[in-house]
Amino acid sequence: MPEKSGAEILIDGLIEQGVDTVFGYPGGAVLPIYDALFQQKKIKHVLVRHEAGAAHAAEGYARSTGKPGVVLVTSGPGATNAVTGIADAFLDSIPLVVITGQVSTLLIGTDAFQEADTVGITRHCSKHNYLVKDPAELAATVREAFAIATRGRPGPVVIDIPKNVQVATAPTDIKSKAAQRFHPAGEAEYALINKAVELLANAKAPILYTGGGIINSGPDASAALRELAELSGAPVTSTLMGLGAYPASGEAWLGMLGMHGTYEANMAMNQCDVMLCLGARFDDRITGRLDAFSPDSIKIHVDIDRSSINKTVRVDLPIVADVGTAIRQMIDVWKGRKVKPQPLTEWWAKVKGWRAVECLNYPASKAEIMPQFAIERLYAATKDKSPIITTEVGQHQMWAAQHFHFEGPNKWLTSGGLGTMGYGMPAAIGAQMGNPDALVIDIAGEASIQMNIQEMGTATQYRLPIKVFILNNEWMGMVRQWQELTYESRYSESYSDSLPDFVALAEAYGWKGIRCDDPAKLDEAIAEMLAYDGPVMFDCRVSKKANCFPMIPSGAAHTEMILHSDEVSGTMDDEAKALV
Amino acid sequence: MHIKEELAERHVLTLTVDNEAGTLARIAGMFTSRGYNIDSLTVADISEDHATSRITIVTKGPPPVIDQIIAQCERLVPVHKVTDLTEAGPHVERELALVKVSGAGDQRVEAMRLADIYRARVIDATVNSFIFEITGGPDKIDTFVTLMREVGLVEVGRTGIVGLMRGSGAS
Repeated sequence: MPEKSGAEILIDGLIEQGVDTVFGYPGGAVLPIYDALFQQKKIKHVLVRHEAGAAHAAEGYARSTGKPGVVLVTSGPGATNAVTGIADAFLDSIPLVVITGQVSTLLIGTDAFQEADTVGITRHCSKHNYLVKDPAELAATVREAFAIATRGRPGPVVIDIPKNVQVATAPTDIKSKAAQRFHPAGEAEYALINKAVELLANAKAPILYTGGGIINSGPDASAALRELAELSGAPVTSTLMGLGAYPASGEAWLGMLGMHGTYEANMAMNQCDVMLCLGARFDDRITGRLDAFSPDSIKIHVDIDRSSINKTVRVDLPIVADVGTAIRQMIDVWKGRKVKPQPLTEWWAKVKGWRAVECLNYPASKAEIMPQFAIERLYAATKDKSPIITTEVGQHQMWAAQHFHFEGPNKWLTSGGLGTMGYGMPAAIGAQMGNPDALVIDIAGEASIQMNIQEMGTATQYRLPIKVFILNNEWMGMVRQWQELTYESRYSESYSDSLPDFVALAEAYGWKGIRCDDPAKLDEAIAEMLAYDGPVMFDCRVSKKANCFPMIPSGAAHTEMILHSDEVSGTMDDEAKALV
Repeated sequence: MHIKEELAERHVLTLTVDNEAGTLARIAGMFTSRGYNIDSLTVADISEDHATSRITIVTKGPPPVIDQIIAQCERLVPVHKVTDLTEAGPHVERELALVKVSGAGDQRVEAMRLADIYRARVIDATVNSFIFEITGGPDKIDTFVTLMREVGLVEVGRTGIVGLMRGSGAS
């Protein structure tokens, strides 16, 4: 019987799953796997500069391609450095398979060199994890890991492989033992679909509240959403995670909802009579104060994960199903029965009134670059190229969500659930690896970008022409904004002191560096960035004091939006302070 | 500002799970990380091929939290089935306790007499001590242990409850 080493079985398993790219960093406990990688040609390895970068790059790859991202790191610090990325993928439901080396089984539990309890540490921030103690189990484990990562609600799966298991051999003709023990939801019950269609068709003020589930369900789900919006005539809003599922140029588009969502989206959520939630999860950033959240609506919730139903908001009609399949079922019923929706003229007239508030307006300036203006110009210069946009976390992220517009899914990669600063550049690297011909831009802040700045070297090494567009206001802007709103402008540690010279830094890494602080020269500078065939770091010096509005303050209802900075109160009671 | 707590209900959940390393940690840890309560937890292998275990968890929480607990348990890959015995209807719950008392004279006689009334068996005896074995519902055991405090209780070991639905159906 032919035998192979655990490391070779692992590589064979990855190839069987169609893996072409792995993001990783070598170390003592994964040397056998790296040696097996060296001896094959089918999988390309991308050497990052820090394991956090590997996990975020794999996320960027996964979000932009729809395929699972694969990470390979060593034991101990290699694994613990990757944990933030694993937790990030868990909260945003991104399919990852993370392979971590572990000390030899004989050493586990002895506090050996570079030993950490990786399965223990990742147990509650992964969808599932394994410690493989026998090379004969590896092939089946890899198959199950990919199935779990990609099916149902996607998520990260960790496979921890001790070094001696990588070296030991096992027969290669073992058939997968696994009777499938993982059964994700698929189609919805037609009784529920019929009821949902009936509610939607009879609604006088319906709204489609969509989320990242539609992106995860695949491009067909986005196409189906557009059709359902058309049939029902309902306005569409989306969470941060779902941007692009419905085109921003679509007539029914209200913009993003939630804390920094648009006035029209939040008011429509508050006043609707039927809410159809599609692949979103009533996160606290969306609902605002729970007891004031959309008080008079009938709520229908389609989610593939039963635990998302009734977690924070009680719904009237829960449907556990794949959201793309469920939307398609609704369309079939709708068309089959030739359903006619209620005339929605009055509802749309209200929406028009809210739109007229023009909540995304901001004070224009000729003297300095307003950050919103910078995003608008970047959008204008790149929209025809259908760019992939990644972000870090903070004000720039919200401005990008508000002022950059997406026409299709898988173009907007941002850390929504965990809110991980330092996500954007490695995610851009992963997205560029998966989409070599695409324009990939990381919209960043000067504070966030420093959290994984070392990944500049990765982009240089693989000649990835990513663009990093930094809205540099010399502040951790979102922290400062909250300090202004809640702590009477006591700026505790939120100033970005001792910043590097980003242009010089770019040049030190072999990138091109561009700086601009003049609104009149911005278009020209953006054009220069886009024309350069290679990575560019753009230090966009923006207005230092601009804040991100509109905003639902902590503990407030959708109807209590702050539209402009002059409405800021300066302090809050303890109840509101506790509800970060 | 004070932190508010909601009224909690007691529920008995049974879980059928894969008998593999880490399953118990996965479930117990999920309870901890999501802030759920565990009053008692028992686990043992129940299948012929040793592939499956049954876990009985007694938990407390308001009804929406209990619903979330069940959904979160079901979400774990090695968990195949979750039944809320409290919701499912008539069921039996049993627990076993070992209770050690020490004493002499009247106290010793009274301990023996109470044990007899509660149908506890003596499984160890010395001239100045007994160990009683008692099974029953949690209330009966609570009461017995309270009584034993009066007559020289030394220590108690309890298994936590196991439960099954009444009738021919399986949970």
